[in-house]
Amino acid sequence: MREELVLRLAAKMMAPFILVFGLYVHFHGDYSPGGGFQAGVILAAAFVMLSLVFGLDAVQRALPLWFVRSCAALGVLVYAGVGFAAMALGANFLGYDALASDPEKGQHLGILLVEAGVVITVFGVMTTAFYVFADRGRRKS
Amino acid sequence: MLAAAGIGLAKLRNLFTVVMLAGVYSLLSAGLFTVMDAVDVAFTEAAVGAGISTVLFLAALVLVGHREKKPVRAPVLPLVVVIVTGAALAWGMIDLPPFGDPDNPVHHHVADHYLQESGHEIGVPNVVTAVLASYRGYDTMGEATVVFTAVVGVLLLLGRGAQGRRTGPEAGTGLSEPEAGEGGP
Amino acid sequence: MSWAQSAFPWIGHVVANYNYWIVIVLMMTGFYVLISRGNLIKKLVGLNVFQTSVFLMYITMGKITGGTAPILGSHGEPVPGVLYSNPLPHVLILTAIVVGVATTSVGLALAVRIKEAYGTVEEDEINALDAEADS
Repeated sequence: MREELVLRLAAKMMAPFILVFGLYVHFHGDYSPGGGFQAGVILAAAFVMLSLVFGLDAVQRALPLWFVRSCAALGVLVYAGVGFAAMALGANFLGYDALASDPEKGQHLGILLVEAGVVITVFGVMTTAFYVFADRGRRKS
Repeated sequence: MLAAAGIGLAKLRNLFTVVMLAGVYSLLSAGLFTVMDAVDVAFTEAAVGAGISTVLFLAALVLVGHREKKPVRAPVLPLVVVIVTGAALAWGMIDLPPFGDPDNPVHHHVADHYLQESGHEIGVPNVVTAVLASYRGYDTMGEATVVFTAVVGVLLLLGRGAQGRRTGPEAGTGLSEPEAGEGGP
Repeated sequence: MSWAQSAFPWIGHVVANYNYWIVIVLMMTGFYVLISRGNLIKKLVGLNVFQTSVFLMYITMGKITGGTAPILGSHGEPVPGVLYSNPLPHVLILTAIVVGVATTSVGLALAVRIKEAYGTVEEDEINALDAEADS
């Protein structure tokens, strides 16, 4: 696929927009359809597309397997961390009211943070799964 | 149309075509979810079902080959089982409350509370997000953990460490067996 | 339709609840693929179809005729006079979809390993090989 100029250009041009859209879906998830799960999948889709066009090696140089693998774990950690942070501030586990002075702001912050955890996990999981399958296929052939 | 795509999936024997058709099927069901007001779900289905899962299936097909063997015997017994189960389900369906009626019991347990009170309690316009991350935060944490566990499984099965240390210098990405399983809940 | 409704009262019920019938058809299609095909990848596709039918059933339950997507006004207040569909099934299915694809990837990984160990992903061939190894 090295010679496909149109594909390579299109992929290169689209990738940043896909990434920004993914972030938009996350941060605007409070107001419009979207949220952590969708954003994580969209971010992963950008890298999957890039590795389909440019090859796995090129993408793994920018985004190595150990990194996305740690992302999968880090996201769960962030989620649980928010829960424990709320506990440390005197509320129940995952009770976001205590995270800011005003309960409503605390809810906003808490939702954003746990959704960020979901984004990181889902992104890490989807990309890792793709890397692993693609890597297997490459080594076999 | 969805049903036609589903039956096509059952009939075709070239697995490559089947996987592509499964992607189309996912996209169709995403459209159906939009029609039924579940925009968040449609979004997820379009991104996950039509995008990532198709790619994963294709990647797996590269590894296992894409021809399905012709079934050796006529599938009479499965057909009978399916028809009987379908009839039982249809019998159960008769008793379900009518489609789209606002007085259905599902709409009056906690849904009212979510719709009316989440404005004061959470202050987030998208109720789906509010319920997902706040009211049912425990559930979502469990889901994140499940997804994480799934990838730990995939890594253990297919990661470079799964073939033992014989790969030697090739495993230079820092991936080794104990590390891949670390942190499992 | 009215004569038919008076002659067979269940027809009206069937037409009004066509969503449920599509759910049954899809579910049984997936089930059929799952139990009648020997190829493990095909089984996973069937399982996905089965899964989607369950999603569809939940979403169908959440729908209210004349309702709209459960997104409130800009300050988080419900707009008066607007009927919202039930958000709860949406939440459940949203997470179920992502979990579904994660578990499917585990299934695919297993299929790949089976292919590497046995050289095939056809159920009967695997059973034959197992029987050979036992005897």
